[in-house]
Amino acid sequence: MAGTGVLMLLFLVAHMLGNLKVFFGPEEFNSYAGWLRTIGEPVLHASWFLWLQRFGLIACVVLHGVAAYQLSRRDLAARPTRYQHRPPARASYATRTMRWGGVILALFIVWHILDLTTLTVNPLGKPHHPYENVVADFQVWYVNVIYIVAMLALGFHIRHGFWSAAQTLGANSRDRDRLLKVTANVLAVALTAGFIAVPVAVMIGVVS
Amino acid sequence: MTAATHGTTSTSTMKLTLRIWRQHSPEDGGSMVTYQIEGVSPDMSFLEMLDVLNEDLILRGEEPVAFDHDCREGICGACGMVINGRAHGPERTTTCQLHMRQFSDGDTIDIEPWRAAAFPVVKDLVVDRSALDRVIQAGGYITAPTGSAPEAHATAVPKEAADFAFEHAECIGCGACVAACPNGSAMLFTSAKVNHLNVLPQGAPEREGRVLDMVAAMDEEGFGGCTNSGECTIACPKGIPLQSIADMNREFFRAATKRRR
Amino acid sequence: MTTYTSYTVGDPIADTKAPDGPIAERWSRRRFEAKLVNPSNRRKHTVIVVGTGLAGGSAGATLAEQGYRVVQFCYQDSPRRAHSIAAQGGINAAKNYRNDGDSVHRLFYDTVKGGDFRARESNVHRLAEASVEIIDQCVAQGVPFAREYGGLLDTRSFGGVQVSRTFYARGQTGQQLLLGAYQALSRQIEAGNVEMHARTEMLDLIVVDGRARGIVARDLVTGQISVHLADAVVLASGGYGNVFYLSTNAKNSNASAIWRAHRRGAYFGNPCFTQIHPTCIPRSGDHQSKLTLMSESLRNDGRIWVPKAKADTRSPDQIPEAERDYYLERIYPSFGNLVPRDIASRAAKVVCDDGHGVGPGGQGVYLDFGDAIARMGRDKVAEKYGNLFEMYERITAEDPYSRPMRIYPAVHYTMGGLWVDYDLSTTVPGLFAIGEANFSDHGANRLGASALMQGLADGYFVLPATLNDYLARASHDAVEPDHPAVAEAVADVEDRLNLLLAIDGDRTPDSFHRELGELLWDECGMARSEAGLHKALDRIPELREEFWRRVKVPGTGAELNQSLEKANRISDYLELAELMCLDALHRSESCGGHFRVESQAADGEAVRDDKDFSYVAAWEFTGSGSAPVLHKEALDFEYVHPTQRSYA
Ligand SMILES: Cc1cc2nc3c(=O)[nH]c(=O)nc-3n(C[C@H](O)[C@H](O)[C@H](O)COP(=O)(O)OP(=O)(O)OC[C@H]3O[C@@H](n4cnc5c(N)ncnc54)[C@H](O)[C@@H]3O)c2cc1C
Ligand code: HEM
Ligand code: HEM
Ligand code: SF4
Ligand code: F3S
Ligand code: FES
Repeated sequence: MAGTGVLMLLFLVAHMLGNLKVFFGPEEFNSYAGWLRTIGEPVLHASWFLWLQRFGLIACVVLHGVAAYQLSRRDLAARPTRYQHRPPARASYATRTMRWGGVILALFIVWHILDLTTLTVNPLGKPHHPYENVVADFQVWYVNVIYIVAMLALGFHIRHGFWSAAQTLGANSRDRDRLLKVTANVLAVALTAGFIAVPVAVMIGVVS
Repeated sequence: MTAATHGTTSTSTMKLTLRIWRQHSPEDGGSMVTYQIEGVSPDMSFLEMLDVLNEDLILRGEEPVAFDHDCREGICGACGMVINGRAHGPERTTTCQLHMRQFSDGDTIDIEPWRAAAFPVVKDLVVDRSALDRVIQAGGYITAPTGSAPEAHATAVPKEAADFAFEHAECIGCGACVAACPNGSAMLFTSAKVNHLNVLPQGAPEREGRVLDMVAAMDEEGFGGCTNSGECTIACPKGIPLQSIADMNREFFRAATKRRR
Repeated sequence: MTTYTSYTVGDPIADTKAPDGPIAERWSRRRFEAKLVNPSNRRKHTVIVVGTGLAGGSAGATLAEQGYRVVQFCYQDSPRRAHSIAAQGGINAAKNYRNDGDSVHRLFYDTVKGGDFRARESNVHRLAEASVEIIDQCVAQGVPFAREYGGLLDTRSFGGVQVSRTFYARGQTGQQLLLGAYQALSRQIEAGNVEMHARTEMLDLIVVDGRARGIVARDLVTGQISVHLADAVVLASGGYGNVFYLSTNAKNSNASAIWRAHRRGAYFGNPCFTQIHPTCIPRSGDHQSKLTLMSESLRNDGRIWVPKAKADTRSPDQIPEAERDYYLERIYPSFGNLVPRDIASRAAKVVCDDGHGVGPGGQGVYLDFGDAIARMGRDKVAEKYGNLFEMYERITAEDPYSRPMRIYPAVHYTMGGLWVDYDLSTTVPGLFAIGEANFSDHGANRLGASALMQGLADGYFVLPATLNDYLARASHDAVEPDHPAVAEAVADVEDRLNLLLAIDGDRTPDSFHRELGELLWDECGMARSEAGLHKALDRIPELREEFWRRVKVPGTGAELNQSLEKANRISDYLELAELMCLDALHRSESCGGHFRVESQAADGEAVRDDKDFSYVAAWEFTGSGSAPVLHKEALDFEYVHPTQRSYA
């Protein structure tokens, strides 16, 4: 859980930074996308890194999802009878919504790949023109809604997930606890804001 | 803590509605049964309030409510019920040390047993917590046969380690952490013992085996996994910190990698 | 049922196992002379241990380590919850880590004197010797005793002794020591050497051909009555202070195991010796179910007083200095608030009986930290006593920083118990009693921090050595489960339970317990008089008769039935209480916790009578309804010479 979560998190940080290149215009962004396909050359063939990363990520998502499913099954089985009186939980909203947040993210990832990788559902769907595809995307209101909802879910998922992973991996300690919680919040806000910046920028016309 | 409003001269009493989980035996289905109780003094402990109810039930020819208790001073860990959805009730303490001044006249109070697959209900509010004993049996000790001990001052223990060990050794084994955890997980309980023993030089030789075996026993008993919800530590009457779980996880990874080598 | 209107005096009884010779060598000699059981033969012996407190837990773990097959019982759902868990203060040991002049001999001396010369010298010396090993053993188990910055063990002084020999783990010493024993026991359970029966209560002893060969027990969850046979039975079932209903003991602590063993032939030693602890939180009303101890360390800085006027209902801060009576400082100017437990308790009773008491029912005195706060500052006081203040506030909702605490004495410990010889064997061969269950090494009064020491000494070191000797000497043919003695014990238990269920009267078990407790507290509590004891001895049989006619126990015996458990225990208290009063009546001297109003000096000091009462009273049960027999064990003092205690 924690291992795959952290790997995906690392990818997302890079991915978000990459996405922000959208603000430097189509050339910059498209060449970045192109560069992605040349990483590792000449040791690796073109796009190998990308494929490695794709396999890695798919493995992560699948493993993470499977682990989440198994853990959830076990956890539900460990509390077969619920309490009659259920007061509001004292755990944070982020903590309580890990399962649903994860499901939203899973659905989003499928949509997102169909949208921007395979271009199946992309309104433009022009291969090798990611910038244009992205801009086309966020002209459509419901695509904006999908992305923004997903990004909010992501923020919550990370807010608890980052600290939780540190706790699970035993990386937390008395002195570090505060720092980790602050970092989790910063990461969550930065990633959410960073990702949302793109659709918002397209919507208000800063990027077009 | 409430101010000194009651105590020496409290005369006002309360009338309460209790909704209590009644279940005759492990096999029977149970249900919440409603009782009215009057004349409850704010100075009573929660269990004394139930004593009054039970005496009343006996005289009415009904079966009194079964609940576990013994020391009634917050140290044996026998008592425990979920009161209005909170393990041990609204205060951070044990049920026996909860006082009725925490409630108001006219309140309705819901009382349920600890709920977890690893804690089957025996009767009413009594559950079987022997799973916790088996987790200790799996490795929650230091092997020191009687008579084999070296002079106590032969090994100095840094005060910091001694204090750390003590703070974790304070766990009373009540199971409130399991009852409060949405996953019915016993991580807080198990980590308290692992940390108590693993930090001490005396505990070092069995350090790896202890954590691996205790965690394995915990899983075997049907406790859930930890998703770091933090409810356990809020319910824990002894204030075992959430950090304890991270510390145990670190011990676990350390032991797992060391064993493999 | 028994009715003791009188007693007869039988032959004196002697402790035949204690070796003589220089006191410091007796224990090693006994250990050397004790026969051993070949390690390969130990597995063939089964030993039953009833109780998992400090005494039972340590004994079970050690016997199992030695290779015996141990079958162990406790009534709680887990062996970790035995009442020993509640001990707060600490445990004594003659380590002399402070170089303050402590030694095994000094601990021995203090304990004999503290017990007001009613304990055996040999036993107490052995206890002091074992105290040293106990600390080593517990540290090796990982008991987190308090330590100093250098990493060495910290100690404090306790209970008025002049040396600092009390080891502690904050205010939870008993808890930590018990968890150490519980963990050692857990290791043996996992290894298959101990068969643990939690939530199982011993209800009778099986005696075959004059030897203890097993017990009858009830599974408290299913109600199943079962028979367990063995080569020896060890009772570690704790004290019987709960006979008073209100005490500092755990609610379910009981006398059933030792009382039923007594009925089967084990003599009962000094039943009237009970300790009343001076600093407990007073009861707040009729609903009170138990009393909570406040550590006696509070008396180091708190001042005890009552209003000079009777029935003064003003709040304490409204009572000017001149109208307060600091009675301990007034009566005992040199010791002041630090007089021993029995003296402080009695003085509180006297002022309250005189109408000066404070709080509900006038049953309380003030323990005031006002001066201490003024002198040391609030922070210093909080640092020293913070957790106790917090506990007090939780229970009473009063803030002890701004308002004096109210305290009152409460029943705390029973020095009496089954009579045992130096080997801890009762008068029934094969039946041993350890910890608070035996009449113990504390004489007529127990010093602070010494019960934990005794329980662990018995369980870790003494019993494992002496039990070997018994098992090696006796031959143990297997007892057939259908032996008539077994069937009889089972039938007795079943009849008793069925009778309790069948009465279907109109009073709750608790109502009888409360009534009995109040009677005992009044007449056989802090001060005992001939007239009062007669009154109690008249009333107890009536109450017992009423109990067997009017008690109401709902439910059946084939299920978890807490009312049945209670009623069953109360039925034993109703018999034990009578023996306590009889013992108190016959001992017309005052000694330790036993204060006979007839035996006091003009200034109110207790007067001991060594000429007539320097003995242990060992009572023999002779059957229901017939007078018990008193056997006296004379006490000799070779090393510590009896002196009259004086604290004025
Ligand atoms: C509040 C408090 C504070 C104290 N503080 C101190 C202190 O600071 N220092 C000190 O030295 N002493 C102290 N004492 C005294 C000391 O704690 C006890 O004397 C001692 O712990 C008794 O230990 P034990 O092993 O004999 O019995 P217990 O710990 O009482 O154990 C009795 C065992 O017997 C079992 N049992 C009982 N009856 C039956 C039955 N019929 N069938 C099956 N099982 C049965 C119980 O389940 C339990 O396991 C204190 C006592 C109290 C009440
Ligand atoms: C396939 C979609 C996903 C699902 C179903 C899912 C579900 C879950 C669940 C149920 C948990 C455990 C709950 C908890 O620890 O409180 C979890 C933890 C976590 N998730 Fe996800 N998640 C998904 C995607 C992601 C993504 C894309 C990331 C990347 C940022 C991520 C990062 C984390 C992290 C870091 C944790 C904490 C791990 C731990 O504490 O052990 N998850 N996830
Ligand atoms: C507004 C926010 C986002 C934008 C604009 C965005 C944009 C893109 C683009 C343009 C690509 C295609 C890159 C390429 O093939 O060259 C891509 C791929 C991808 N994105 Fe995003 N993304 C966003 C958020 C996310 C989030 C939140 C996740 C994960 C939870 C995610 C996961 C992925 C994955 C897994 C790929 C596939 C990578 C690959 O093809 O190897 N993205 N994204
Ligand atoms: S960790 Fe806390 S809540 Fe859990 S068993 Fe121990 S004391 Fe009870
Ligand atoms: S509440 Fe449960 S999920 Fe973990 S942090 Fe505590 S065990
Ligand atoms: S009864 Fe012992 S902790 Fe509550």
